[in-house]
Amino acid sequence: MLKFISRRSDLPLDHDAHSRFLPWLIAFMVFLANLAMVGMLMLNTVAERWDQGVTGTLTVQISPAEDPSEDDPRLQAILKVLASAKAIDRYEVISDERVLKLLEPWLGGVAKSKDLPLPRLVDVELHSGAQLNVIKLTNQINKVAPGSRVDDHRIWLDRLVSLIRTVQTLATAVLFFIGFATVGTVVFTTRTGLAIHREAIEVLHLIGAQDAYIARQFASRAMALGLTGGLLGLALGLPTLMGIGYLIGRMDGFFVPSLELGAHHWMIVGFLPIGVAAIATVTAKMTVLRSLRRML
Amino acid sequence: MIVATDRAPDEAIVRFENVGLRYGLGPEVLKDVNFALQKGSFHFLIGESGAGKSSLLKLIYLALKPSRGLISLFDHEIAITPRPDLPALRRRVGVVFQEFKLLNHLSAYDNVALPLRVAGVRESVVKKHVSELLAWVGLEQHMQARPPTLSGGQQQRVSIARAIIARPQLLLADEPTGNVDDVMGFRLMHLFEELNRLGTTVVIATHNMQVVERLGHGRLLLDDGRLIMESARAKIAPKLENLVPGSRQKALAAAESAAAADSFGKYPGDSEIFGDPSSLKDYL
Repeated sequence: MLKFISRRSDLPLDHDAHSRFLPWLIAFMVFLANLAMVGMLMLNTVAERWDQGVTGTLTVQISPAEDPSEDDPRLQAILKVLASAKAIDRYEVISDERVLKLLEPWLGGVAKSKDLPLPRLVDVELHSGAQLNVIKLTNQINKVAPGSRVDDHRIWLDRLVSLIRTVQTLATAVLFFIGFATVGTVVFTTRTGLAIHREAIEVLHLIGAQDAYIARQFASRAMALGLTGGLLGLALGLPTLMGIGYLIGRMDGFFVPSLELGAHHWMIVGFLPIGVAAIATVTAKMTVLRSLRRML
Repeated sequence: MIVATDRAPDEAIVRFENVGLRYGLGPEVLKDVNFALQKGSFHFLIGESGAGKSSLLKLIYLALKPSRGLISLFDHEIAITPRPDLPALRRRVGVVFQEFKLLNHLSAYDNVALPLRVAGVRESVVKKHVSELLAWVGLEQHMQARPPTLSGGQQQRVSIARAIIARPQLLLADEPTGNVDDVMGFRLMHLFEELNRLGTTVVIATHNMQVVERLGHGRLLLDDGRLIMESARAKIAPKLENLVPGSRQKALAAAESAAAADSFGKYPGDSEIFGDPSSLKDYL
């Protein structure tokens, strides 16, 4: 590839003033693409985890029986079932006081009346990384205490996941726009170059140069400019990404399940300059070939 | 069709059949042009300025498409030749452009090397041939000079070197004597005759009738877009070798009197412009 870049050129493309701004434009594109891409990848990780329900918490809700004296045996039976499940790390019965407090915004003081049958709640925490078949657990619990429910926060998670998917679609669109803008910029720069060097290109053409020979000169120039711009963009983007990574590291333990940049994220970020150089090379080549095809 | 020599028509390097050319919607600058150039022939393309000489040459070196009619080059009919095959045909044609068309950002060396590099010749071979040819046209001191720093005559020699470096089978020159004095003009003609003797087909557009009359050769006369072909006639001047350079009057007088002078000497102020013709044979 180095040999390709350092190939002797018959056209003075390195001296073109109009192409000097190209690396900077590409640098900004790569910077934006970096952010969009990494954001997308991180959200993907989050969405996948939430999608699998690996949030680590469940709530078991036991509806009050018709006969209040049956409530306790039912709770004990359920706790036995929970204790036998391997994936469950810890469970805790939520006290009536806390249940009342949770219900207060809806029921107000009425809830304090002992006449109101209260559901019993059990807060369940899973071993980290463990998978639990929620449907199977629900069936087991319903055998010992009909009418009980296991809530794995699915509705909430589904909404969050669909929100994340929407944001991801937007990020993908942004990436595409950045790609189009890059291609457009390279096309414009190449066309200007073709116009500036029209006479020299005509001489090469009349001397018997194949179109590919002329296109190659523009392509190697575009590759060099694209690579320079890509590396500049990376230099701008890396500190930003590291800053984001640091901030996310500080907020671990909040509702976001450990959000961090993995090795493959860094690899994709490192690949961007090469990708943009490839886009610039191919674009320049196609532009020149299409323009030369109009000559005899 | 008018055929220049009595050789078989399939030897034609260039063949025009009913060729017409118009630019855009303008009037036809070439009308019903018919001719065939035989291999190894030498023609002057003459006519008043604006008669279509440059347009005709452009059709031959494939810079233009005819508006009508057929053009064949080396027995390839251009209209039906696939576009990717055209560069190979162009490489068999050397062109000395009227305004030289040198690339100003490249050295004389790189300009002359272009046709070889475009053809993918190895750099070691390029170096050998280009250095030899530049030395032979007397520019070994100026190999790395860029065309704008060279004199008109030097630029012309670079452009001639570029036209012949790839040993073309057909050499076209558009007013090659336009920028030089008469003696230099005759030297150039001598060079073209030398190349012709080695088998190159030559067409030279000129309005220098003195040169045309002196050297004989076939003529392609363009008059108002129509072409009249005349075969070679006797030279009215002795061979160019007999010219003794120096003062022009002396040289012309010497030529007229057919005085026997020996070899092609030195041109004042320019060492070894085209040197000894035998070195051309060595080169080719």
